[in-house]
Amino acid sequence: MPMRKLLATLVAAAALLPGVLHAQGQWNVPGATNAELKAAPSGPAPRRDLTGVWDAGGAGIGGSGQADEREKARAPFTKLGEEMFQQNKPGNGPRMAPVADINDPLSTIGDPSGFPRLLTFELRPFQVVHTPNQVLMLYMFEHRWRVIWTDGRPLPKEPDPRWYGYSVGRWEDDTTFIVETVGLDDRTWLDNSGYPHSTSLKVTERYQRIAQNTLELTVTIDDPLVYTKPWLARNRLPLKLMPPGTDLMEMIPSASESQAYTRFISSQTKPK
Amino acid sequence: MRVKYFGLFVLLAALLARSAPAVAHHGAASFDTTVEITLKGTVTEWTWFNPHCFLKFDVKGDAGAVKTWAVEAGNPTDMTKRGWSRNSFKPGDQVTVTLQPVKTGAPVGRIRTVVLASGQEFK
Repeated sequence: MPMRKLLATLVAAAALLPGVLHAQGQWNVPGATNAELKAAPSGPAPRRDLTGVWDAGGAGIGGSGQADEREKARAPFTKLGEEMFQQNKPGNGPRMAPVADINDPLSTIGDPSGFPRLLTFELRPFQVVHTPNQVLMLYMFEHRWRVIWTDGRPLPKEPDPRWYGYSVGRWEDDTTFIVETVGLDDRTWLDNSGYPHSTSLKVTERYQRIAQNTLELTVTIDDPLVYTKPWLARNRLPLKLMPPGTDLMEMIPSASESQAYTRFISSQTKPK
Repeated sequence: MRVKYFGLFVLLAALLARSAPAVAHHGAASFDTTVEITLKGTVTEWTWFNPHCFLKFDVKGDAGAVKTWAVEAGNPTDMTKRGWSRNSFKPGDQVTVTLQPVKTGAPVGRIRTVVLASGQEFK
């Protein structure tokens, strides 16, 4: 084999190697690294099918850089929205509080992340399952699931609020799946920066499968009581398809673990 | 030709590089990120918890007094990507810990690296 061809083969093999790390049958996968996501092989998008485990890598998790981006994307608060925002003491974002002052209901007392925070912060890998009348989304973070009804039912008119709301979905075209969600509990935050929402919030998710291994997610926040206009909390976030047989880790922020962390770490950071 | 091979080596290294996001559920406001201190001690507890794993270890002072430190790492999922596990440390292990302390002066901080007596390094 000529040297040039040999080297090209080695480079190609190295590019594929990270994918091999998550080969079929591997247990307890924490999600792909960014390098692995870039190396994922691809082909044309299938028709009306989101089946598989999807991972946005570091971009899904949402660090301080993303908090800055979301602050730029956020629509102005209404008067009520500003008042609600002032009550929240987040661990990230433009109003980042000292560790001991944080009142994030997820990280300090083990409340559910809720929806749509599950998409804006700690969007770890999740699996999509199609049934004849539903799309199920099974999330590694919190080991949580959502049911998205595709049987044509309308959204409920005056629903009792739920942590994860009520969702219906439809195919806009062969590769674009639209989900609308209402009836969301206002105890949850929109993201790690402490952005609030009311029970009037309506969230629209747009999943566009642009290739066999790539899905783009756009999330629109529409809450006229809290924000002066709709805005995008995610804008074409790329998600990559994980190999078949990927067994995801549990990542459950339990109340007892939150309490232990508060006792041994965060309470010790408070000035005496 | 040698330069070409070096370029390929760099490309291979880049492809194989495995980076993990150091994302926390809180920012750095409580920690003095301008300071790194290194302490030798004995592990008393290693918790493999959300939202943060933490390591407790005893450090003997000059006068023989023992101070217990508690230092946080990332969450188990992200630490797994970096090669850490729930079995990385056990009580009694001798460790050298480099950390960023909290601003209050309490024996609490954020882990930068941990080196076991065997020389194995976690970062």
